[in-house]
Amino acid sequence: MALLNEIKKDGEILEINFGPQHPSTHGVFRMRVLLEGETVRELKPVMGYLHRNQEQIAENTTYAGIIGFTDRMDYINALSNNFSYCLTAEKLASVEVPERAAYIRVIMAELARLVNHATAVGFLLNDLGSFFTPLLYALRERERILDVFEAVTGSRMMCNYFRFGGVKRDLDENSLTAIKTIVRKFPRFLDEFEALLTSNEILCMRCQNVGVLPADLAINAGITGPTLRASGVNYDIRKIDRYGLYDRFDFKVPLGKKGDVYDRYYVRILEMRESVKILEQALQAIPAGDFIHPKTAPLLRNPRNFKPPAGEAYGRTESPKGELGFYLVSDGTPQPWRCHVRAPSLINLSALETMCLGQKIADIMIILGSIDIVLGETDR
Amino acid sequence: MPLMINSLKDALEKKFPGIKLRVLRDSVLLEDPQDLTRITQYIKESPDFRLDYLSSITASDFLDYLETIYHFYSIEKKSGPWILRVRVPRKNAHVPSLVSLYQSAELQEREAYDLFGIVYDGHPDLRRLFLWEGFEGHPLLKDYEQEDTNTLESRDVEWLKAHGVKVPETMEKNAAELKASGKRALAEKPAEPRQA
Repeated sequence: MALLNEIKKDGEILEINFGPQHPSTHGVFRMRVLLEGETVRELKPVMGYLHRNQEQIAENTTYAGIIGFTDRMDYINALSNNFSYCLTAEKLASVEVPERAAYIRVIMAELARLVNHATAVGFLLNDLGSFFTPLLYALRERERILDVFEAVTGSRMMCNYFRFGGVKRDLDENSLTAIKTIVRKFPRFLDEFEALLTSNEILCMRCQNVGVLPADLAINAGITGPTLRASGVNYDIRKIDRYGLYDRFDFKVPLGKKGDVYDRYYVRILEMRESVKILEQALQAIPAGDFIHPKTAPLLRNPRNFKPPAGEAYGRTESPKGELGFYLVSDGTPQPWRCHVRAPSLINLSALETMCLGQKIADIMIILGSIDIVLGETDR
Repeated sequence: MPLMINSLKDALEKKFPGIKLRVLRDSVLLEDPQDLTRITQYIKESPDFRLDYLSSITASDFLDYLETIYHFYSIEKKSGPWILRVRVPRKNAHVPSLVSLYQSAELQEREAYDLFGIVYDGHPDLRRLFLWEGFEGHPLLKDYEQEDTNTLESRDVEWLKAHGVKVPETMEKNAAELKASGKRALAEKPAEPRQA
């Protein structure tokens, strides 16, 4: 708070605490903001209100036990977290995934992306002041997907579905039909949503040229996911690392031009369209076969038998919020020696202050909303 | 993967003669932590590597020493991960900060400082990230002992009294006894935490 000491004229600089109990902070996030009039002069994020030290919990848990804890990080899309963690543990123990299981994983991860982006865009509009009407449109679609999650995994949000070498249960015909219906109807929802919003004058005026993030700064600050691509950087880990089966599908990586809030909103809409394309291809091509590797199937009953050889692995996936990475160190026991999470929600906040400086106080909320953070993952 | 990391090691040895490096588990270990800044500057700017994206900084406790691990990627060349690591002693650990080169280091170095107690020299604002000021210890160190939240210690009693809370006499007495014996109230650990 150096600025506060510099300028001591009464009433010119106002220090306020945004949050942690502010509805637009999407959880318990606090920002210490210095205002000059309505303009932001300094902004420091304060976090840790939801800190559970999951990395320490992980050190006292079996490898399979951690899957359930990853659900509680980014609770909007638990399945993407499962994906990233299982990918890393499989890398560590050199476990292979049968083809059908890999298809199921892609289908579930892309459904989770639809859930996340629909929710993120809906809440962004909530922050903009269009209270709950667009959000309820988005949540209506989310409900349909959550129903499928409930039917397949047994839980709507805390899915705990992926296992080493596959998934917990097979996708049955009924669920596949339900997913096909969702995929068929989803573009219609997007069209409706866009007709209401994308060229809406109020939305354009509030979002365009607000919170601009230049590409070089975005890379330097470690920003990933839709926020990075809105700045025009073509970096999608699904295309770069080609993990899972993503090299088999034909999809584009939507890019923004300016890197303002509007681009971040629109990139998410376009990404949902691409996810629908991936889902269509995956649903057509899904083969019959095992949903879990026969070698790791017994681990469903005896998780303590999963003992990766001593070593370490870093795995990452394109979670809807950005690069979600896990860093695992094994010492040969059933419990990991170290389990670090590279959380996109935390690291995407590195550039928050830069984006907010010089903006009006009313725009802080939409800039934060356009980064799309979940506090369960920021604080862990 | 081993080939890739060897190429990095060779390039660094060519650029900085006399530097001490070792390849360890697909990564380059810098024997002297103070080399970190110049090496990072070189791999960030050199046209052969262009590691413009510092993805992850983390630390790990290996009982004899602490390690800080850096995962770099190149967005321009689409290569990676390139992993660097430095070793520091468990007591009085100091590593040069990378915030001046990569803004993404800011929050992650604060996190590692918070949970491991590694001091990143040159960080503009090195405070605890998740835990509150005044928290004792660094919870991800392997010898960290968790306090027993059900037992009051004498400073807890003082704090409660200062805030006008009435403390039962037995609790106050127990706290005084604990202080006199010079022990802390610690949570019980499981007998064998890491069975093979």
